[in-house]
Amino acid sequence: MNFLTNTAVNLEFNPMAFIDNLKYMGVGMLVIFVVIGIIILATKLVNYLFSE
Amino acid sequence: MEILYQNLLAFDRYDLIMIAIGCLLVYLAIAKEMEPSLLLPMGFGTILVNIPFSDALVGPIQELYHAGIANELFPLLLFIGIGAMIDFGPLLSNPKLMLFGAAAQFGIFFTLCMASIFFPDFRDFFSIAIIGAADGPTSIAVANKLGSQYVGAITVAAYSYMALVPVIQPPVIKLLTTKKERLIRMPYEQKSVSKLTRILFPIIITIVASAIIPQATALIGFLMFGNLIRECGVLESLSGTAQNVLANLITIFLGISVAFNMTADKFLQLDTLLIMGLGLIAFIVDTAGGVLFAKLLNLFSKKKVNPMIGAAGISAFPMSGRIVHKMAQEEDPQNFLLMHSIGVNVSGQIASVIAGGIILNIAAKLMGG
Repeated sequence: MNFLTNTAVNLEFNPMAFIDNLKYMGVGMLVIFVVIGIIILATKLVNYLFSE
Repeated sequence: MEILYQNLLAFDRYDLIMIAIGCLLVYLAIAKEMEPSLLLPMGFGTILVNIPFSDALVGPIQELYHAGIANELFPLLLFIGIGAMIDFGPLLSNPKLMLFGAAAQFGIFFTLCMASIFFPDFRDFFSIAIIGAADGPTSIAVANKLGSQYVGAITVAAYSYMALVPVIQPPVIKLLTTKKERLIRMPYEQKSVSKLTRILFPIIITIVASAIIPQATALIGFLMFGNLIRECGVLESLSGTAQNVLANLITIFLGISVAFNMTADKFLQLDTLLIMGLGLIAFIVDTAGGVLFAKLLNLFSKKKVNPMIGAAGISAFPMSGRIVHKMAQEEDPQNFLLMHSIGVNVSGQIASVIAGGIILNIAAKLMGG
């Protein structure tokens, strides 16, 4: 095993990658809020229909 | 005599460092009670696999790894137990709390961008990001499914920071809130939730989440299956088994077989330190995301929420919910946030699994699958 050689092979420093991948942040947070929003509405509906 | 020193001479410094790391994990588990059920088997497994010529590595641990982690079986089975432990009652009383769970997943996607700066392979930076799910089984399942080479480091980071939630969250919460905000009281209105609602909830969540994100079906499905066993009312014995025997058994196997990835050549890299740093960022940004979202809601809402409950949206259940309650009590002994914070906390469990599915979904598209 070579500690430094392996590290050099696996890592890089590319600050622009942050910008390139911002789209995944946007899509991810949008989808998660949409799914949670639908679950909230469904839960409210079930609560309304079957409340004791 | 020769056989003795030949084996001893086979130890190199990297083996010894890994054995020291294994001992450290065992120490943290026993002396500091940091996630002991997982860190102890993982620590002991680390010792086992780093002994030169160990028959534990290429043998039982390798077999367990392929039987339960390589195919994601152990994390999924553990989810049945976790689902059986969770009472969604506080969340069903106030479904809007789920929004905080969604907001607190921001750390995952922020860390995804951060990790991409250093790790060129998207399978690695997507896997590292999922540490922000603050949920060990989700982290293991996603990292493994993506085929990341850093499963061991990601697992250690996820469980270590889950154990360190009481240390990580309070300063971030205090930094982002004023004393006046921390004093906001939220009276809890007990609303009755029908048994039918409790039964339908896991079924609805499974169908909705899986229909939109098919890659989340196994994760959310097993979690909700466990909850359905709990809530159906006719499987008390199975529910008890899932919460105790199943969860404990799988935790033992999971912990020791994760050690398969804790060999020096895989773990002892600068990459690992970087992953630990990125994991910390993920937890901090998760906490900040939840708190800031609560503050944003307060700008538009007449009924103010205590922004601290946003921090409970990370999945570390139930520790995060309890921390928020404790912080509120320290500010004002008459302020009881527990039911709200636990409601947000269980919503974080759901949201983190959905986030894991989203990560897998995006990755599948990148892989052309």
